[in-house]
Amino acid sequence: MNAMTVPLANYIALSAVIFFIGVAGVIVRRNPLIMLMSIELMFNAANLLFAAFARAWLHNAGHIFVFLVITVAAAEAAIGLAIVVTVFRSAKTVDVDDVALMKG
Amino acid sequence: MVAFWVLAVVLLASAIWCVTAKRPVYSVVALLLHFAALAATYLTLNAEFLAVIQIIVYSGAILILFLFVIALLSSGVAPFATGPDRLPRIAIPAVALVVIALGFLTWALARTTVATPATSISTLGPAGTAGVFGSVADFGTALFTTYLLPFEVTALILMVAVIGVVLLAGDQTPYVPSKKHADDVRREMREAIVRGGDQ
Repeated sequence: MNAMTVPLANYIALSAVIFFIGVAGVIVRRNPLIMLMSIELMFNAANLLFAAFARAWLHNAGHIFVFLVITVAAAEAAIGLAIVVTVFRSAKTVDVDDVALMKG
Repeated sequence: MVAFWVLAVVLLASAIWCVTAKRPVYSVVALLLHFAALAATYLTLNAEFLAVIQIIVYSGAILILFLFVIALLSSGVAPFATGPDRLPRIAIPAVALVVIALGFLTWALARTTVATPATSISTLGPAGTAGVFGSVADFGTALFTTYLLPFEVTALILMVAVIGVVLLAGDQTPYVPSKKHADDVRREMREAIVRGGDQ
């Protein structure tokens, strides 16, 4: 059981595909909530890679890093949602294209 | 191996569903499925503690936060029901970018070999006991000794997040009780005292 039954490359490929699904979500969608969820997808793709490498190297530094990433992701989600709520209160829209005040 | 492919299919399908769903609520449901499958994947990677905090923090806290915001914003407001969707306009360049990036990644992956060093830690033994890879005991020891500084910094990050959220979305008007309200409270208190004296 010391060797991984699933090759590490499978995890890398899976994580990459999930990450790029998240990238596509941020690019394509204009609903800020779904864009935030796509960012969460990207966080989790990175976390999966950390866990897979930790398993391959049998070193739990990867687990610690996933823990820290989850903490930062929670803070990011809270602040992002607060910004969405604030913008919705003042602009009455949830389309990020309509919120172009800072564009100059 | 079978578990990996089943979980991979679930992960990819739920990720695509999350990104393409018309309503944000369906995206949250898809993301819930995604996180559950990811927790199962962590279990197959001997990361029991990560699986648990994935369920608790992501499914239990972050997704509920998303649901609350969706419920808050979409209550009685028309534009949020369907959600603005500009998918067709930018879909082709986005898909092209993703395919190019994935192709580059596959090319890079095919060229490299990932070395896995032999270590003395065994994965055999009862789960959770110290010395076994992925055990909570080892995780806690590492977190509170080697990685103590990053752990303490996350406390600062969370505090900054809390203060930021309260500043951004909190009620900005200071609490000033009106004269009438204060008079009402005072009169009710006086009447309660008088009633108590009668008994």
